[in-house]
Amino acid sequence: MTRFLTTLAFLAATTAPAFADVDIQEVETPAGFTAWLVEEPSIPFVSLEIWFRGGTSVDAPGKRGAVNLMTALLEEGSGDLDARGFAEARDDLAASFGFRASDDTVTVSARFLSETTDDAVALLKQAITAPSMDPVAVERVRAQVLAGLRSDAEDPGAIASQTFAKLAFGDHPYGSDGDGTLDSVAALTREDLLAAHAGAMAQDRIYIGAAGDISPEKLAEVIDTLLADLPETGAPLPGPAPLLLTGDVDVVPFETPQSVIQFAQPGMARDDPDFFAAYVVNQIFSGGGFGARLMTEVREKRGLTYGIYAYLAQKDQSELLVGQASTANERAAETVAVIREEWAKMQADGPTQAELDQAKTYLTGAYPLRFDGNDSLARIVVGMQIDGLSIDYIATRNDKVEAVTLEDARRVAGELLDPDALSFVIVGQPEGLDLGN
Amino acid sequence: MFRSVLFGTGLALMAMVPAHAEAVTEFTLENGLDVVVIEDHRSPAVVHMLWYKVGAADEMPGKSGIAHLLEHLMFKGTEIRSPGEFSQIVEANGGNDNAFTSWDYTGYFQRIAADRLPLMMEMEADRMTNLQLTDELTAPEVSVVLEERNQRTDSNPDALFREQASAAQYLNHPYGRPVIGWRHEVEALTAEDALAFYRRFYVPNNAILIVAGDVTPDEVRSLAETYYGGLVPNPDLAERDRVIEPPQIAARRLVFEDPRIAQPYVVRSYLAPERNSGDQEQAAALSLLGNLLGDGPATSVLGRKLQFDTEVALYTAAYYAGTSLDATTFNLTVVPVDGVSLADAEAALDDVLRQFMIEGVDEDHLARLKRQYAADAIYSMDDAQGLARRYGDALTSGLTVADVQAWPEVIQAVTPEQIMAAAEMVFQDRNSVTGWLRAPIAAETEVTQ
Repeated sequence: MTRFLTTLAFLAATTAPAFADVDIQEVETPAGFTAWLVEEPSIPFVSLEIWFRGGTSVDAPGKRGAVNLMTALLEEGSGDLDARGFAEARDDLAASFGFRASDDTVTVSARFLSETTDDAVALLKQAITAPSMDPVAVERVRAQVLAGLRSDAEDPGAIASQTFAKLAFGDHPYGSDGDGTLDSVAALTREDLLAAHAGAMAQDRIYIGAAGDISPEKLAEVIDTLLADLPETGAPLPGPAPLLLTGDVDVVPFETPQSVIQFAQPGMARDDPDFFAAYVVNQIFSGGGFGARLMTEVREKRGLTYGIYAYLAQKDQSELLVGQASTANERAAETVAVIREEWAKMQADGPTQAELDQAKTYLTGAYPLRFDGNDSLARIVVGMQIDGLSIDYIATRNDKVEAVTLEDARRVAGELLDPDALSFVIVGQPEGLDLGN
Repeated sequence: MFRSVLFGTGLALMAMVPAHAEAVTEFTLENGLDVVVIEDHRSPAVVHMLWYKVGAADEMPGKSGIAHLLEHLMFKGTEIRSPGEFSQIVEANGGNDNAFTSWDYTGYFQRIAADRLPLMMEMEADRMTNLQLTDELTAPEVSVVLEERNQRTDSNPDALFREQASAAQYLNHPYGRPVIGWRHEVEALTAEDALAFYRRFYVPNNAILIVAGDVTPDEVRSLAETYYGGLVPNPDLAERDRVIEPPQIAARRLVFEDPRIAQPYVVRSYLAPERNSGDQEQAAALSLLGNLLGDGPATSVLGRKLQFDTEVALYTAAYYAGTSLDATTFNLTVVPVDGVSLADAEAALDDVLRQFMIEGVDEDHLARLKRQYAADAIYSMDDAQGLARRYGDALTSGLTVADVQAWPEVIQAVTPEQIMAAAEMVFQDRNSVTGWLRAPIAAETEVTQ
C-alpha cells in the first residue's frame, strides 16, 4: 500500500496540471479608454479595478501626504451627498468601494451586484470625480492619519521600513512615507487636496481591469461614465530613483524583545531578459515557502525566526531585492550572519538541478491557482497592464519559467546576488553585531 | 433552488437572491470522519482541508500552546516522509499548504490542481496516524513558536493587552488562555506532550474533511473512503464538555501601560452567548447589534455619535464573533481624539449605549444591513476557500451544515425587538471587562517637556 502511494506521488509530480486559459477581452471605449475584461457571468456581480499611475509620488513639493489624505477623503462625501449619505447609498446597493494610495498608484476597487450596475456607477462616479473635501471631513480624516503616523513611530516594523526607504532612496519620494509627516499633514489645506486630486487622478494615467457579470459594451459605457469628467493630464511622474544602499548594517535602537531585520540589495527590471531566471532563483533562495534556502537555514534548522523571505520588488522607478525577518535580540547577530553566508553561497554556486526542477514545477503549477475569482482576476488584469505585459501573457508565462536552464539560473544568481551591496536595517536591541562592516 | 427575498424599498435590487447557491453535500464515513463537499467548477482547482475538533481550549492546564505547537510539528514527518517533505511534495505539485490553530479547532489545508486531490488525501491521512517526533525535531520548533510569539504578541502592545483582557474575561473557562500559549509554558513543552495530545485527538471521529472546488461529491466520497476510510477511530473520545463559567459578579477594569502605545484607547468586552445548533436567533440578533453599533464611521451608532455628531473619537468599533463552541464576547472600542481623556471616552461610550437602549433600532439602518447580508450570499460564492473556512469554523464550533445554511434566513427574520432584548441581555456590567491602554504617564510627560 505504502509503496503504491509513493509511486503515485512521483507520477503526480512529473505531470503538469491541466488548466483552462483565462480569456481576457480588450475593451476600447468611445471616449478612448482601454480596459481588460474577464467576462464571467455565473455569479451576478462585477469586480472593477481602476488604477492611476503615480500615487503618493506625485505629491507636490512641500505637500507630502496630500495624495494619501485626498484618497482617504473620496468616500467622505461627494456631489450632493455628505459622508453619511454616501455610505448609506452605498450600503443600500450592497456595493463596496475601496480607495487606496501607495508609492506608485492610487487605486479604486469596486464590487457591485450586476443588477445595480447603473446606480453603483453613478455613486462611484461622484466619489471619483466630485469629492467634496468638506472641511469637517478633512479635519476628521486628518486626525486619523496623524494618529496613524504617531502609531507608526512606535511600531518596529514601520520604523524599519521607513529607515530603509530613507537609506535606499534619499530625497526621492520613495525615500519618505507617502502618508506624510506630522508637520506636512497638519499643514495641508483643502486647496492642496483638490490639487492632489487633479494631479493624481487624471485621464493620462489610467489602467482598468474588470471581471464578472458584465458585457464588453456595458463595461465601455460604465468606464466612460465614470472617467470622462476627470482632467486630461495630471501631475508629472517622479524620475528614476537610484539606489543608495551601501552594504552597511544600520541599527535603530528600540525597546522590544525582538529585533525586526530588513535587508535589501539592487533587484532586476521586469523587462530584463534575465528576469525569469532571477524570479526562479529568488523562489529557490528566498521564496516564502518551506524548502526555500533562507527558510530552511534560518527557521527550520536553527529556529531563529517565525518567517523569512525576500522578493524582487518592482517599483515604477526602481527595483529591489528586499526581505525581512524578526528574531530575538540575542540571536540577531547569528541571523544576520546566516543570511550573509547563504547569500554568498547562492551567489557562488547557484541552485542545484533538483532545486531548479522543484521551483519550476511549483511556479508553473501554482500560477493558475491565482485566477480564482472575480476580485483576483480584476486585480491581475489591471496589474498586467500597469506592468506593461501583453494581453496573451498568461498563456505564455509558464513557458518562460520552463525555459530557464540551470546554466541561466547559476549565471543570474552570480550576477544578481551581491553580498557586498546587501544592506541591513535592524530595529530593536540586537546583541553581538559587528558594525564595523 | 432560488428563494425570493423582497425588500420594501422600491428598489428592484435583489428580488432574486440565491439562498444557498453554493452546492454543499455532506456525509460521514464509517469511522466517524465527517465530509463536506463544496462544488465550484469555475476553475480546475481544489482546496483540501482537514479540521480537527480540538484547539487551545482543550489543552491540559500547564500545557498551554500544545495544540499550536503540534500544528507546527505535523510538518515534521511520518514513517514514510522526512521532515518538511509534506510541504515539498505539495509545492512540487504546484500547490500551497498551511495550517492554523484556534481555541476550538486546528486545521490543515492545501490549494492545488483538482487532479492532485488523491495525493493530498493520502498524505493528510498518513500524518493523522504516523507522525514521528523526537526531542531533536521538537526543540527548534519550540524556538520558532517563541519567535512567533515574540512577533505576534510580545512586539505588539495591543496583542499583549488582549491576552490580559481574555484572562480577565474568563474566570474559569480555557478561552482565557492564549492560543499560542504563555511563554513559560511553551518553553517547557516536549515531543512527548505533543504526542500525547496527538494520539488522543488526531483521530477520524474527531475530524472534518472539507473539499471545495472542482470536484463532485461522488468523487470525494470514493477518494475519502480509499484514503481516510481505513483509519481507526478512538472509541474513548469524550464529548468536548469543558468547564463552564461561574456567575460573573464583578465588572473588571484593567489599565495597561506600554511606551509603544502611541494612541491611547478604551476597550470593553461583555461575555456573550454563542451560536448554538438549531438555536441561532439570539446570536443573529447580537450579530446585527454589532453591525448597528459598529458597521462603519458614517453609518454606525458609535461612529455617528462619537465621530460625527460629537468629535470625541478618532475611531470606534463594535464586534460580535458568534461562531464559537462556548461563550464568546461582544466587543467595543473607542479611540479618543487628542485632548479627550480615556475617562471621558469611556463615559461617552456608556452614554451612547444608554441612548441606544432608549432610542432603539433605526429600521432603515437594519434594512440596509439585511440587504448586505443577502448580497453576501452572492459575493461569497466567489471565494471557495472562504466558504470552506466558514463551514469548517462552524462545524468545529458545534454547528451543522444545516445551521450554516439557515443562518442567512435567521438573520433576515430578526426583529428590532429581538435586537433590543439581546442588547438588554448582553450589556451587563458584571459580565464586562473594561481596559484602558496608554503609554506610561511618565513617558508622556517626557515627550511634552
